[in-house]
Amino acid sequence: MSVLTEPGPPPGVGPAPVLTGKSRPGEAVIKVLLVVATTTSVLVTAGILLAVLEPALEFFRRESIGEFLSFDTNKQFSALPLVVGTGLTTVIALSVAIPIGLGAAMYLSEYASKRARKWLKPTVELLAGVPSVVYGFFAVFFVIPVVLRDWLGIPVSAYNSLGAGLVLGVMIIPTIASLSEDALSAVPLALRQGSFAMGANRMQTTLRVVFPAALSGIAAAVVLGMSRAVGETMIVLMAGGSIKSTSADITQGHETMTGVIARTALGESPVESTEYKYLFAVALLLFIITFVMNMISIAIVRRFRQAY
Amino acid sequence: MSNVAARTASSVTAVNLSTGKSKDKNLGSIVFLGALWFSLFFGIVVLVALIVDTAIDGAPRFDKYLFTNFTQTFDPTQAERLAASGRDPKVLSAEYSGFKSGIIGSIILMLTTAVMAIPLGVASAVYLEEFASKTSRFSRIVEINLQNLAAVPAVIYGMLSVGLMAALGAQRGIAIGGAVALALLILPVVIITTREALRSVPSEIRQGSLALGATVWQTTWRQVLPAAVPGISTGTILGLSRAIGEAAPLVMLGFGAINFAPAFPFIGSKIEAFPLEIYDASSNSQEIIRESASAGIIVLLVMILAMNAIAIIIRNKFQKSW
Repeated sequence: MSVLTEPGPPPGVGPAPVLTGKSRPGEAVIKVLLVVATTTSVLVTAGILLAVLEPALEFFRRESIGEFLSFDTNKQFSALPLVVGTGLTTVIALSVAIPIGLGAAMYLSEYASKRARKWLKPTVELLAGVPSVVYGFFAVFFVIPVVLRDWLGIPVSAYNSLGAGLVLGVMIIPTIASLSEDALSAVPLALRQGSFAMGANRMQTTLRVVFPAALSGIAAAVVLGMSRAVGETMIVLMAGGSIKSTSADITQGHETMTGVIARTALGESPVESTEYKYLFAVALLLFIITFVMNMISIAIVRRFRQAY
Repeated sequence: MSNVAARTASSVTAVNLSTGKSKDKNLGSIVFLGALWFSLFFGIVVLVALIVDTAIDGAPRFDKYLFTNFTQTFDPTQAERLAASGRDPKVLSAEYSGFKSGIIGSIILMLTTAVMAIPLGVASAVYLEEFASKTSRFSRIVEINLQNLAAVPAVIYGMLSVGLMAALGAQRGIAIGGAVALALLILPVVIITTREALRSVPSEIRQGSLALGATVWQTTWRQVLPAAVPGISTGTILGLSRAIGEAAPLVMLGFGAINFAPAFPFIGSKIEAFPLEIYDASSNSQEIIRESASAGIIVLLVMILAMNAIAIIIRNKFQKSW
C-alpha cells in the first residue's frame, strides 16, 4: 500500500552523518510522555479484557458453561441462539454489502476519472457517518413497514432479521467499498496494460485481471465488514426483535448478541445479578469472535502485501 | 493509503494508448457498467430516501421547541387541562417535546472526548512515525493492536468504561464515563489518520531541519506537525463526528432520561446524549413523540454532515501536494 518514500530521518548508515542522535534538555521527558501515550492503546486492549473477563468469570462460577453453550431457547442463559441471530443478520447484511460495495469499488478504481473519484469516494463514505440509531429508526419505520410489507408484500413481523440485516448491509457498504477500492487501486498498472494490450476491454480487465489480483485485499475488506456487522448494536436492538430463536425464518425476529447486551443494560437488572453478569459473558464471546475475524483480516492483508 | 498508486494509475491511463475503452461498446460491458453505476448510487439513493422519509415524518416538529424544551410526555389534551390551572402547556405537552438535555449533553461529551482523544492520539502517532524504529517489536505490537482496536465493537468500549468507572467508584451515567468510552473508541481513528498525515510530509523537510542542527523533537514540533495540521484536523473531525452519533457505549454506561440541564462542572454530572434521547423518543408509544424523534434525527444528521463537509473541505483545500 505504501508507495510513499519511507518517512523519518535518514537511517544514518553509509556516508550520511547521524543527525537524529542530538537532544536538548527536557526532550527525554517529552519522549517518555510520547511512549506513555503510545502504550495507552495497548493498555486499552488489556483493560477491555479485564473489564469483560472478570464479570464473565463470575457468571461462569454461578452458571454452567453447558447452559451458556446450549441452543435451548428456553434456558435463560443460553448463548448459542444469540449467535444464530447474529449470524443470520450478518449473512443478510453481507449479501447486500458485498456485491454493492465491490461494484462501487470497481467503478471508483477502474472507471472513475481522478476528479470524479475525488468527490464520489467521500460521498460513498458518508454512509458510514450516519449514526446507527438513525439506521435503526429507518429500519423500524421505513424498511420494514413500507419497503418489505407494502412494496414487496413480504409478511414480516414488526421486528425481524431481514429488515435489520438489510439496513446493516447498507451500513457496512462503505467499509467494504473503501477497503476494496484500496486493494484494487494497489494492483500494478502493468497488469492492466498487459490485459489491454491483449485486446481485452475494461470489463474483462476488471473482472479477470484486476479482481483476482486484488482478491486477498478484498477478502480482508469483507472480513472487516463482517466483524462490523457482528458488533453493530443499535440497528439489531431496534429492528431485530427480542425473542431468542434458532429458526432460520428471517421474516421473524431473532435476539442477537449485541441486542441482548444492550437490552440488559437498558433494563433494571442490578449490577450484582446473574442477568447482568450474563451480559459480560456474551460480550466476551462477542469480543472473541470479532477478535478472531480481525486477526484473519490482518493476516490476509499481510500475505497480500508480500505478493508485490 | 494507496492514493498515490491510484493517482499514478489514472493519470497514466489517461494519456495511454490502449485503455480498453474503445472495446466497451458490447452488451455485456454495458450491462456490467450499469451494475457498477447501480452499486455506486445505491448507497446515495438509500441516504436520500432516509433523509426525505425522516424529514417528512418530522416536518410538523421543526420548531424552536426542539432545541429549547426537554423531553415532555404529557398527552396534549391532558396538558390543556393542566394549562387551565395556570401552567404553560408549551412546557408540558408532548407536542412541544424537545432535545435540550441531549443536545447539551452531546456537546459536553464531544468537547470532553476531543480533549482526551486528540492529544493522546496525536502523541501516539508522532511517537510511532517520528521516533520509534519501524521494525522494533514494540512498534509491531502497537500496530497490530491498533488495527484490532479499530474493529472492536462500540458496545465493548462501553463495558471498558463501566469497569473503569466502577474501579474509580464513580456514579453511573456521568459525562466523564461516556467521554472516556468515546475517546477510546475514536483513538484508533485519530492515530491512524494522524500517522497518514505525518507520513505525507516529505522527508526532505525533516532532513533539512536536522541538517541545520535541530533535534528530532524540534524538527517534529516546528516543521512536521505544522505541515500535517490539515490532515490531522480532517481525521479528528471525522472521528468526533462518529463519536457524536454513537449510542451503544452510552447505553452500557446507564446514560439517559435526564430532563434537566447538567450542573457545572459538567464532567462529573449526569447527562443525556442526543442519539440516546432519539432512541428513547423513537420507541415511545405516542406518535407525536416519535415525530419529534424524526425531527431530532434530521438535526443530528445536519450536525454530522456539516462536520463531514468541513473535514472534506479542509482536506481538499489545505492539503499541500508536495
